[in-house]
Amino acid sequence: MEENTIKQDIRQDENIVYKRTNLLTDKALSYCPGCGHGTTHRIIMEVVEEMGIQSDVIGIAPVGCSVLAYEFMNIDMQQAAHGRAPALATAIKRLIPEKFVFSYQGDGDLAAIGTAETIHACNRGENITMIFVNNGIYGMTGGQMAPTTLIGMKSSTTPYGRDSHLMGNPLKMTELVATLPGTYYVTRQAVHTAANVRKTKKAIRKAFEYQKLNKGVSFVEVVSNCNSGWKMTPLDSNKWMVDNMFPFYPLGDIKVPEE
Amino acid sequence: MKEIKLMKGNEAIAEAAIRAGTDGYFGYPITPQSEVMEYLTAESPHKRTGMVVLQAESETASINMLYGGASCGMRVMTSSSSPGISLMQEGISYMAGAELPCLIVNVVRGGPGLGTIQPAQSDYFQSTKGGGHGDYNIIVLAPASVQEMYDFVELSYELAFKYRNPVLILSDGAIGQMMEKVEIGEQKQRRTLDQIIKETPWATTGKTSDRERNIITSLDLDSSKQEILNWKLQKKYQAMRDNEVRYEKINCDDAEYIFVAYGTSSRICQKSIQLAREKGIKVGLFRPITLFPFPKDAIFEMAGQVKGMLSVEMSAGQMIEDIQLAVNGKVKVEHFGRVGGIIPTPEEVVNALEQKIIGG
Repeated sequence: MEENTIKQDIRQDENIVYKRTNLLTDKALSYCPGCGHGTTHRIIMEVVEEMGIQSDVIGIAPVGCSVLAYEFMNIDMQQAAHGRAPALATAIKRLIPEKFVFSYQGDGDLAAIGTAETIHACNRGENITMIFVNNGIYGMTGGQMAPTTLIGMKSSTTPYGRDSHLMGNPLKMTELVATLPGTYYVTRQAVHTAANVRKTKKAIRKAFEYQKLNKGVSFVEVVSNCNSGWKMTPLDSNKWMVDNMFPFYPLGDIKVPEE
Repeated sequence: MKEIKLMKGNEAIAEAAIRAGTDGYFGYPITPQSEVMEYLTAESPHKRTGMVVLQAESETASINMLYGGASCGMRVMTSSSSPGISLMQEGISYMAGAELPCLIVNVVRGGPGLGTIQPAQSDYFQSTKGGGHGDYNIIVLAPASVQEMYDFVELSYELAFKYRNPVLILSDGAIGQMMEKVEIGEQKQRRTLDQIIKETPWATTGKTSDRERNIITSLDLDSSKQEILNWKLQKKYQAMRDNEVRYEKINCDDAEYIFVAYGTSSRICQKSIQLAREKGIKVGLFRPITLFPFPKDAIFEMAGQVKGMLSVEMSAGQMIEDIQLAVNGKVKVEHFGRVGGIIPTPEEVVNALEQKIIGG
């Protein structure tokens, strides 16, 4: 009884330091525990809530682990065919320029099957935000090699590790799009620590704010883990990501607007 | 006063698109339909109506741009020719699954593969039987004149939004390229976003506080729900069969034989009728205007009147399968066609009638 009273005392508005955003639905996330998708979803929705643009935002879900993103984000969303989200986003933004349009895509979606749509949306300088979650593997289909799989990294289709002679080299899509004149802001972030989550949220906020300027694509890569696909515990996968993914996919801004 | 213009079929499609209040055209160049996008870009419709015209990086991108625009309740269209339409099949299947309205124009050329740039009617199966994956149908309109190229644009939007389904205009290189007089309609105003929100409450135009979020998807991982969606789609296709069948009968009243033909072939057959009737052969033309839904009841009815039917197609024999199903063995049905981009002559068609149906 006394304990309950204490809890109620603590639950005063002025004591609240964190509250789950209303822009996430009550549906339980379908992601594996430890996966970066849930955090990335949350911070995108926090940004939308903080900017007060729920009624002006249209999101596009990919094919891959985040195919059901529309189940969790409480905004109007479209589910695209595999890799085609930038084509959808292009049309939406050109038809309703006053709306905020973003695509949410994984590495197989954005950097393999959807390479043409990605490059050309970036090259045309579509005034959209692209969120690119890169975990170096096809998670949903059971851990096959992705375009971003590192050399030597094992997957269900590279059981002896990726060999560049046989399977080619990992693709740095983010560096590639940064070279195009149609991209305005290009950055690579991660969500494995509280500090990184804050940085990524800031980047996503910028990537949405920049749509007001009409200057081209804002592109945010989130390097993430896939503990199921990598066959590690969540903690081990985060450590592996820091030790192996970050050296090849270094975090930080790649292209920043001249202020 | 009516406005009359001399236009190519492809130009008629483009002008009709602007006048019908199209919100967005997305396309990729391919012969023999490139005039559609050329005409649109030359007309600067963004100045005339605010219409968006964008040359995409591929037909795959074009059809997915339609998906994005249609999901917002917009009037969107693309045009292409056979190989490009093949590339779009994935997107068409997704749009059928997500129940999205759009207009696709196929100015058919001969195939398979890169084939030829000359006219053909060899995409009948692809158009009417579902060229993409899954159980679905799209409405297919077959124009036989430049005027119909023009008129079917507005009609397509009407049907696409009525059923929330893609509509295909199945034309060919001859109708796309030939010039005829066209009566031009009034300029329709593009709908405002407020009107679109009112007319298409399902569209993703931004979630406002007075409604639940809108989701456009063709996915349901729960098979019991996916089955319900499939039956709902089938019910819709049945409603199309019940309500949207269109066809034309020419010289059929006293006919002992009929040609069944659409598009360019039906134009050839009209000349063949003249030649045949000069010889005393009473032949008429049954012209399906909708290829899906196919006018099978009307053809079955004709089977009670005539002694035989000749399916005249610029293909190796595709529509004939639907005619045979409709006739169900009641009368003789044969096929005559030229392929690879060759248009049959009226004389060849009469010869085929005499040899395969009358004498056969």
